[in-house]
Amino acid sequence: MTDTSDNDQAITRVIWHSDEQKNRLKSRYRKEKIFKFFAVSSLAAAMAALVVVLGSIIITGSSGFIETRIEMDIFLDKAVLGDLPTDDRQEYEKQVAGANINRILVSSLQREFPDVTKRSDVFELLRLFSVGAQTDIRDVILKDPSVIGKTIPINLLASSNVDMLIKGNISRDVAENDRKISDQQIAWIDKLNNDGKVTQGFNWSFFVSGDSREPELAGIWSATIGSFLTLLVTFLIAFPIGVGSAIYLEEFAPKNRITDLIEININNLAAVPSIIFGLLGLAIFINYINLPRSAPLVGGLTLALMTLPTIIITARAALKAVPPSIKEAAIGLGASHMQTVFHHVLPLSMPGILTGSIIGMAQALGETAPLIMIGMVAFIVDTPGSIMEASTALPVQVYLWADSPERGFLEKTSAAIMVLLAFLIIMNGLAIWLRQKFEKKW
Amino acid sequence: MSAYLLFIILTLILTCFYYIAKKRSLLLVDGDIKKLHSLPTHYGWAAGINSFIPGFIILAIWTISKDNLINKLLISQLETESASLPTFELNALLSNIKNYIANGTGDESLAVYAEYYRNVSEKIAWSFFLAAIGVSCISGYYTLYKMSPTVNSRNHIETIIKMMLLAFSVIAIITTIGIVFSLLFESIRFFDQVSITEFVFGIKWSPQTAIRIDQVGSSGAFGAVPLFMGTMLITVIAMLIAGPIGLLSAIYMAEFANKKVRKIAKPLLEILAGIPTVVYGFIAALVVAPFIRDTGALFGLEIASESALAAGIVMGVMIIPLISSLSDDVISVVPQSLREGSLGLGATQTETILKVILPSALPGVVGALLLATSRAIGETMIVVMAAGMAANLTINPLEAVTTVTVQIVALLTGDQEFASSKTLSAFALGLALFFTTLALNAIALIIVKKYREQYD
Repeated sequence: MTDTSDNDQAITRVIWHSDEQKNRLKSRYRKEKIFKFFAVSSLAAAMAALVVVLGSIIITGSSGFIETRIEMDIFLDKAVLGDLPTDDRQEYEKQVAGANINRILVSSLQREFPDVTKRSDVFELLRLFSVGAQTDIRDVILKDPSVIGKTIPINLLASSNVDMLIKGNISRDVAENDRKISDQQIAWIDKLNNDGKVTQGFNWSFFVSGDSREPELAGIWSATIGSFLTLLVTFLIAFPIGVGSAIYLEEFAPKNRITDLIEININNLAAVPSIIFGLLGLAIFINYINLPRSAPLVGGLTLALMTLPTIIITARAALKAVPPSIKEAAIGLGASHMQTVFHHVLPLSMPGILTGSIIGMAQALGETAPLIMIGMVAFIVDTPGSIMEASTALPVQVYLWADSPERGFLEKTSAAIMVLLAFLIIMNGLAIWLRQKFEKKW
Repeated sequence: MSAYLLFIILTLILTCFYYIAKKRSLLLVDGDIKKLHSLPTHYGWAAGINSFIPGFIILAIWTISKDNLINKLLISQLETESASLPTFELNALLSNIKNYIANGTGDESLAVYAEYYRNVSEKIAWSFFLAAIGVSCISGYYTLYKMSPTVNSRNHIETIIKMMLLAFSVIAIITTIGIVFSLLFESIRFFDQVSITEFVFGIKWSPQTAIRIDQVGSSGAFGAVPLFMGTMLITVIAMLIAGPIGLLSAIYMAEFANKKVRKIAKPLLEILAGIPTVVYGFIAALVVAPFIRDTGALFGLEIASESALAAGIVMGVMIIPLISSLSDDVISVVPQSLREGSLGLGATQTETILKVILPSALPGVVGALLLATSRAIGETMIVVMAAGMAANLTINPLEAVTTVTVQIVALLTGDQEFASSKTLSAFALGLALFFTTLALNAIALIIVKKYREQYD
C-alpha cells in the first residue's frame, strides 16, 4: 500500500486550468475539428463523384432520346416508281422495296430548292437527310398505295449532323473546314427552320431498332435482346447450381478438408477479375467445345461461372438465417433431413436467395470485359433469334458506341447508358422490394 | 440420331417407371400405405432415377467420345502413308474429309472416306442409342423387381440428391481448375515460342508479329515489364484516391454520422458500386481525361489525352465504395467497450478513432485495401477506354501507359489465328494477372478471417 502512495507522490500534479493545459486542450479540439472535416469532405467527395458520373451521363444523354425530322413535300412520281401492282400485296411490297426512292427524294429536293443544280450541291443537299429518310418515304407508300402520283408532305429523318446542329452540339462559330456541316448546308437548314419544317420529336426508333453505322438510325433493341438472352442462360445455369451447392455446403457438407477447400475456392472465385472468366470462356467454350463465337449461350455460360460465387454466398447466408427451431420441429415430426431442407428451410429462405440472385444478375448485366473476350463485340444489326446466334449486349453496345468517332454517337452512348442504368435500378429495386416484403425477422 | 432425341426418350422412360413404381408400391401392400417404408412417390422416383442414370451416362460418353472415336476409325482406314503423317497434317486431312461430308465439296478422292464416315457414324450412333435405352429399361425393371414394402427408397433417392448437390458445389472447384489449366496450357504453348525470361524481364512490348518473314521487325517483342509498370502506376493512383477517401468515409459513417446521414449515404455509395465499369470508362474518356488535359494546358503542361492519371482517378472513384463498405464492416466489429473505455478516459473522438479503433481494426483495413488493390489490378473496361495502347515504360502519371488487361483485350479482339504467339501471349498475361490477384485475395481473406476471430 505504501508503494502506491509513494508512486502517487512521484507523479507531477497537472494544473488543468493553466494556460499550457488550456492551449493543449485547444489544439486537441482543433485536431478533432480538422479530422472531422476531412472525414466529411471524403464522404462529400464520394457523393460529388456520384453526381459527376450521373450528371454527365444525363446531360449528354437526354438529347439522345430526341430526333430531328424535316418535313418535305415529296412528289411520288409514277414514272419513277413504275407500275405497282396494288392488288397483290406481296408483290407490291417487293416492288416498293426495290423502287428507286433516292431519285424521288432528289427530284423533290430540287423542286424545293430550284437554284441548286450542280451535282455536288445536290449531293450536299441530300446529305441533310438520313439514309433512313428513304425508309420513311417507303413506309408512306406501303401504308397507302393511293398516294402514288401525288405530292404529299412527309416528315423525313434528318442526318446526324443536322441533328447535332439543331441541338447545338455543332458550333456555328468554328471554321467551315473544322466542322462536319458546310455553310451552305447551314443556310439550307436555317431556311427550312424558318419555314417551320424542322421539328424535333421523341426518338422511338432508338428503342426498337438495332445497331447502325449511322448515329441517327442506331438503336438498342438488338443489344437489349442479346443481353436478355445472355442473362436468361446465366440465370438458368447459375441459379440451380448456386442454390444446390449452397444447400449442400450449408446443410449436408461434413466438416472436412474438402469442404474447407470448396469454401476457400468459392471465396477466391468471387474476387477473380472478370476478364479471367472471359479467357476461360474463350479457351474452354469456344476453342475446346467449339460453341459458336459471339453467341449469347457462351456469354451466358461465362457469366454464369462468374455469378456463381455471388449466388452461393448470398444463398448460404439466407439458408443460415432460418432458425434451427423450424428444422428441429420438422425432424421431430419424422421428416428426413432432405425433406426438412426442401419442404421448410428452402421455401423460407427463398426471398433472401432470390434477392441475392437478382443482385448477382444485375452485376452480370453490367459486365463487359468477359463478353468482349468471347467475341460479343461484333457489329450486329439483326436481333438475335436464339441463344446460338451472334449477338451483342447492352454494355458492349455502350463500349462500341463510345469508341465511335462520330459526334452523334456520343449522346447515343449516354442514352444507352441511361437505359442500362434504368434496368439496373429496376432489378435492384425488385431485390429491395422482395427483401422488405418477404423477409421475416425470426 | 441426335443426343437431344435420346435425352427426351430417356426422360420419357423415367416418367413411365415413376408412375408404374408408384402404382406398384401401393399394390404391394393392398393400398395400406402405413405398411410401406417410404412414400409411394419415393418408390416412383427411385425406379425412375435408377432407369435414367445409366442411360444418361451412356449418352454422356457418346456425346463426349463421338468425334474422337470416329476420327480414330477414319485414321485406321487411311492408307498407310497418310496415317503416318504429322499430327497437324492428319488433322487437316480429317477436317477436309468432314468438310466434304458436310458440303459435298472438295477433292473427289475423299468420297470413299466420306462414305465410310457416314456408314460408321450411323452404326455407332445406333449402337449407343439402343444400348442407352436397353440399359435404362433393364435398370428400371430391376428396381421394380426388387421392390418390396421394406426397401428403403427414401434414403436411396436422398443419397442420389445429395450426390447431385455435392456435384454442384464441386463445380466451383472445377471452374478454378478450368481457369488454371486453360491459362497454364496456353501459356506453356506461348513460352515454347518466347522465353519466359524475356516475358518477365523484357522491357519492350510490341506484339505485332509480321505476316511475311522478311518483313521489318518481324519478331514481335514480348517483354511485359511496361505492362506491369503501367498496371502498377494506375493501381497506385487509384489506391491513393480510393484509400483515404474510402477509409475516411467509412470512419465518418461509422463513428461521426447520425442515423439519418448513414441512411442516405450508404445507399448512395451502393449506387456508386453498382454502376457498370463500362460507364466509368466512358466517363473517364469523356469527362475526366479532357478535364485533366485542359487543366494541364492551363499550366503549360502537355498531357496525353489518354493519361494514366485520368484512368487512375476514375478507377479510384470506382473502388471507393468497396473500401468504404469493407472498412465500415471491420470498424463496426470493434467492441463498443474499447470505444467507451477510451472516451471515458477523456480522449476526444478523433483520438479514440486514431489511437484505439483504427489500430484494433488495422488487420481488417489492410485486408480491405488488399482486396481493393486486386480489384484495381484486374479492372478492365476503365483502362481499355481511358488508358492508351502505347507500352511506355514510365512512372509519369501524365503520360499514356498501357496495362495487362488492356493488352489482353487488344490481343484477343478481332480476327486472328489462335496459335500465333500474339494471341497466346494474352493467356500468359492472364496467368500473371490471375496469380497476382489470387495471391492478394488469399492474403486479404486470411488477414480478415484472423481479425474476425480476434473479436468473436
